[in-house]
Amino acid sequence: MQYISLVTPEYAARRANRANSDCADWWSILDQVFDPELPLVTIWDLGILVNVEKLADFSCKVTVSPTYSGCPAVDMISDDIVIALNQAGVENVAVEVSLSPAWNTAMISPDGKAAMLKQGIAPPGDTINCPQCHSENVNVISQFGSTACKALYRCNSCLEPFDYFKEF
Amino acid sequence: MNTVNNNALYTYVLGLADDALILGQRTAEWCSRGPFLEEDVALSNLTLDYIGRARMFYQYAAKIEGKGRTEDDLAYFRDEREFSNLIINELPNFDFGFAMVRQYFLDVHACLYLPKMMLSSDQHLAQIAAKAIKESRYHLKRSETWVLQLGLGTEESQRRLQSAIDELWGYTPELFIMSEAEAELAQCGVAVARDSLHASWTAQVSAHLSAASFTIPEQDWKVVGGRTGEHSEHLGHLLSEMQIIQRSYPNLEW
Repeated sequence: MQYISLVTPEYAARRANRANSDCADWWSILDQVFDPELPLVTIWDLGILVNVEKLADFSCKVTVSPTYSGCPAVDMISDDIVIALNQAGVENVAVEVSLSPAWNTAMISPDGKAAMLKQGIAPPGDTINCPQCHSENVNVISQFGSTACKALYRCNSCLEPFDYFKEF
Repeated sequence: MNTVNNNALYTYVLGLADDALILGQRTAEWCSRGPFLEEDVALSNLTLDYIGRARMFYQYAAKIEGKGRTEDDLAYFRDEREFSNLIINELPNFDFGFAMVRQYFLDVHACLYLPKMMLSSDQHLAQIAAKAIKESRYHLKRSETWVLQLGLGTEESQRRLQSAIDELWGYTPELFIMSEAEAELAQCGVAVARDSLHASWTAQVSAHLSAASFTIPEQDWKVVGGRTGEHSEHLGHLLSEMQIIQRSYPNLEW
């Protein structure tokens, strides 16, 4: 894999926030929650998991920011978060869907981009390479792919169609 | 800063919600009827963005109203005359060219409107705009490409788009008319003064239409009234299809 990981300032800020949090174990539990439409990418790696807090009454507050306004996966993700924490013994969980900070692709972790590549999705970036043969000789078939966050491309070298996670 | 009039704010947000829902519902009619598979998928994704926007605005409107109504009550249990969307959003799709020209007109408008809304003194509206502008810029890339491609395409595509442009042109002045609520809220920096966008919109659209070989129509007629509930004959049919399940089985959940 030719992917060179660069840590964006947005991701670095998220990582620092997580490192300074007093509920490291809860963050770790949520590393088991994946985006339903990107089965190998966790909500942390995708950047939609904004914050995990322990409130004064010791309950757990999780903040998520949706990728797109109409993202139909938000309700399912919220349910998955509650289930994961409940199963790990955290009883009192509230999930807040927040519009701020507005999600963008710079929040995606290097692991998240690597996981996209692994499942045949070209991650967002300056250059779009075919996830199969790495060719740069690609063209867009449709600006919307299988979900709102992806566009449909075709590789002119190996002729395989593929999804591109849009830079946003 | 003046204090914000709650009724005006509710009316303003509800208008934005209705605009998004009605266009989203209209665009959803393409699902399984797109001219080809990729376009079908693209149109359905476009719909999702608008329905998502509608939900954010309705949730906010319901909160401002404070009478315990929900987003679903506002979407499913209001009648035609209570809907305050602009008329251009409710017009039927007719054909793909017509739908693309409408989308293009509205995308240019959104890309002028939303950056101003991001500066609203109402934090929540500013946040919704920050989310929506990225989507609209993407939508615009697509609709302006289609307008160009069909304008410079075949004789038939050129003819169909020109007739769509002529037909839609009279519905565009309404995009720039300030409602009473908007005028009041623009004073205190909450609403966008949409009348100030008309010149930029016309300049941008005219340049692109000319480049795509189209003739710019004369602005000699216009249809207005959507904001005050005066609609075309098409809205009632759209609402009856959209609302029938909730009207037949109130509060039904999936």
